[in-house]
Amino acid sequence: MMTKRIPLAVIVLCLVVCALMLAASGCARQSASAAGPAPTAYGSAIVESSGGKQIGAAGSALPQPLVVQVNDDQGNAVTGAAVTFSGPSGVSFDPPTGLTDSSGQLSASVSLGGMAGRYQLVASTMTKAQKRVEIKSEEIALDYQRRLGQLLDDKYCSRCHNPESTSERVSNFDNLEVKPHAFTEGDTLNKMSDADLLAIISHGGPALNKSPLMPPYGYTLSKTEMQALIAYIRMISDPPYQAPGMVYAQK
Amino acid sequence: MQSSNQPWSSLWKTLFGDPLRAFGIVSAILLVLLAIAPAKNHFSEWRHYQKGYLRMVRSRGEAVTLQRHFQPGIQQIWHPDIGVTDRCTSCHVGLKEASLTDVKFQPYRKHPVIPHTTEQYGCVMCHRGQGAATTVEEAHSSTLAWEQPILPARYIESGCGQCHRANLEGTPQLNQGRALLARYGCVQCHSIKLPDAGVMQATQDAPSLSHIADKTTREWIFAWLKDPQSYAASATMPNFKLKDDDIRDISAFLIANSNPVAGDTLPPISQKAADSTAGASLYGESFCASCHAVQNAAGNLVGGNVGPELTRIGNKTKPEWLRAWIHNPRVYDPGTQMPHYRFSDQQVATMEGFLLAKSDSDFLANVHLDPATPEQIAHGKSLVMEYGCSSCHEITGIKKPENFAPELTRIGSKSISQLIFLPGMSHTLPDYIAGKIRQPRAFSPGLKMPQYSFTLTQIDALTTALLAQNDRAQSMPPSLSVPAPQTSHYRPAGKAGQIMSDLACFSCHAINGRGGDMAPDLTWEGSSVQRKWLEDFFRNPGTLRPALIRRMPKFNLSNEEISTLSDYIMTVYQTPEFDRESLPESGYSATQVEEGKQLFYSKYGCQSCHIVDAKSDKGYIGPTLTGVGSRLTAAWVYHWLKNPQALRPGTVEPNRNMSDDEAKSLTAFLMAQKGSGTKEAKK
Ligand code: HEC
Repeated sequence: MMTKRIPLAVIVLCLVVCALMLAASGCARQSASAAGPAPTAYGSAIVESSGGKQIGAAGSALPQPLVVQVNDDQGNAVTGAAVTFSGPSGVSFDPPTGLTDSSGQLSASVSLGGMAGRYQLVASTMTKAQKRVEIKSEEIALDYQRRLGQLLDDKYCSRCHNPESTSERVSNFDNLEVKPHAFTEGDTLNKMSDADLLAIISHGGPALNKSPLMPPYGYTLSKTEMQALIAYIRMISDPPYQAPGMVYAQK
Repeated sequence: MQSSNQPWSSLWKTLFGDPLRAFGIVSAILLVLLAIAPAKNHFSEWRHYQKGYLRMVRSRGEAVTLQRHFQPGIQQIWHPDIGVTDRCTSCHVGLKEASLTDVKFQPYRKHPVIPHTTEQYGCVMCHRGQGAATTVEEAHSSTLAWEQPILPARYIESGCGQCHRANLEGTPQLNQGRALLARYGCVQCHSIKLPDAGVMQATQDAPSLSHIADKTTREWIFAWLKDPQSYAASATMPNFKLKDDDIRDISAFLIANSNPVAGDTLPPISQKAADSTAGASLYGESFCASCHAVQNAAGNLVGGNVGPELTRIGNKTKPEWLRAWIHNPRVYDPGTQMPHYRFSDQQVATMEGFLLAKSDSDFLANVHLDPATPEQIAHGKSLVMEYGCSSCHEITGIKKPENFAPELTRIGSKSISQLIFLPGMSHTLPDYIAGKIRQPRAFSPGLKMPQYSFTLTQIDALTTALLAQNDRAQSMPPSLSVPAPQTSHYRPAGKAGQIMSDLACFSCHAINGRGGDMAPDLTWEGSSVQRKWLEDFFRNPGTLRPALIRRMPKFNLSNEEISTLSDYIMTVYQTPEFDRESLPESGYSATQVEEGKQLFYSKYGCQSCHIVDAKSDKGYIGPTLTGVGSRLTAAWVYHWLKNPQALRPGTVEPNRNMSDDEAKSLTAFLMAQKGSGTKEAKK
């Protein structure tokens, strides 16, 4: 009788310990995500104020913070609503949660993950009825090659291809008789193959029966540099570029 | 006791009671033990990942190629000369497979394109971690025995900095970090030895404090020391978090220790200062904003960072000093980067009035200091020595301290066991370095390192640059290290040289490798421009590039100075590539000019960047070419068209690979564009 009861007790004990440990770890996880200040107000909608669609280096802090705003039914800013930021693994927010300030906004500096690509970030808040509302923003992380492409674009191309002027750079876009496309215009650029892009960049507009206002860069940039430009153009295009063959590979 | 021992002894008897049985059982145990090693191998992590890779590859279109490339077993990259024994490719199987771009999970992702291959340098050179390990845990995390965890991607450019000592185009973060180390005076206290001999040099000299009483008041020094950024948001001076009494004493010492400079103050100029709009336009015409920033109404800094921010300059400088400084800054500071504008008395008065009005009435409102006592002055001196002020500033009677702060030459290899972390901080070297930069005094309130106000991005950049200062960088074989180019100490000679240093040309222009990059390199200016144009330009510098914000200021040079400078530039700054007289400045045939015009507008579409005909052309990137035939030499135009980068490396003008005949026709067309050109450029 005795000998049989001991193992049973041991098994029961083990099970209890296991269950406790599981519960404890579960609790720990829960409390970690729920941590953060208690809200003093609730909104009914959340919108992005600024900081979306940025381009940064993989693993690094984005140049601008991500700022979101919580509004009520009438569209007025809500102060003291709790906002939680989240993103794919590798993304970090500082702070990850917080309350909206007097203008209804919360701002967080964002570091993207170590891998290049598109990152979807989510900012969410709870309504009074404990319903979760959220807003998604997309950011792009560049690897070495694409960042080189970005630097080359800044130096050689953006004066014509980017219609926006900055305080350091006046855009030449309006002065061109034939208008080039911004490199984000996926609807046009995604239709061009890599070979087309390489042809027009290295031999200029006439290579594709286009305007000579697009100069050739084949004797100025190296093949590596032109490929870096193409990789960058592909990465930032909107809608995103799908490499041919990829669809097949995914099946 | 006895009853609990009983089952064990009976078990012992049943197993080993009989020698034959005992032998059998011992053999069985031995066999099991022997099997452990192969079993461990069989169930090892890398084998698991290799199997997973083959499974993933099977369903792909290019499966056959990928399977052919796959090599089973432990893989190793071995370069004993640089300390690389990396087995990472045992699990990271697809690193080299160009077709795996769509794979989004590790360890099978393709390596992003970089200028080197994994075979060349292995993995740990850039990523750190334990290359020789064969388990995930040991390879990536730090344990007691292995100290080097994988480096977070945000610092990855530190790897490049181990071999590359100069700025690299593809590593903006590393470049920024190194520039910050030099600009913010870090290297004034911490010495950083470079592998190719020498030490990292500071790029900005803090002002001398030996004559400070001529320039400013004790009250301003007090307010500045209390919080430099409250005076100027962009100030590079850090906050030493000093107590008010200590600041009182330091300011007392600095004023008492100051000795005057003859001529660095001027009595009020009798001319009445013109109204404030004249001041603003003189400030604009003189392009002060190319170097100095001012905060605008929206709180944004507008202007360059070569000179100090001027938002509250009226709170700082004494009028008699400011007047003399505007008149000729070289009297007070012979080495200043500020040019000696040859302003008229009227202009000095106008500029003085304009600058003194830039003040904030609250700034010094709460600073009230009683006359200093000798004890306070003596205490101030000991504080100045204790905090190492003379590491950055020249101060009469106090030598620059040596080895004031720990050397940082090998900080990137510092062992974790030697570091003291803050509670709650993760125990890695990058976190330690970043934490020290962010809040040095948090590590111990008695530390002397001051508080900087760096942004997150700047801290990352500084950490990256410091991580590159490691043992490997110091012991890199010379064949692999890429030294920084020699810094040039070029100085032009003679009378012209004196004028050029008086005008501080090198603050903006580079010549023979020395100087700033705000304005064009002038090394070969003598081959490029016509003398008459150069003289006119000195007299009245118009702008050639309509889109440029920073421009050449007007210095009010005398005719004699202009002719000395022009003589020098035209004879000394010549390229050895060609003779400037080799092509005629005019006399080209009408057909050749017409051919050139066709090439300009049709084949090469030059009007997309340049303006020749101000009425129809709009290009806004390159310099305006109206009147180019009176500005440039034909030989320069021709050789520029043939290969712009050969004449000015890095210029954005694309090389069009045109034939000699085409380049000649274009030269003919451009040289036919005579005139001053400046009127159109104003547009
Ligand atoms: C001087 C202005 C200018 C510069 C500089 C310039 N481009 Fe263009 N580019 C154009 C114009 C104009 C077109 C449109 C040609 C047409 O549609 O006929 C164009 C077209 C293109 C196209 C085809 C898609 C489109 O926008 O219509 C690509 C790709 C391109 N450029 C890439 C580049 C790259 C890469 C660089 C930098 C290395 C560059 N361009 C620099 C003016 C410029």
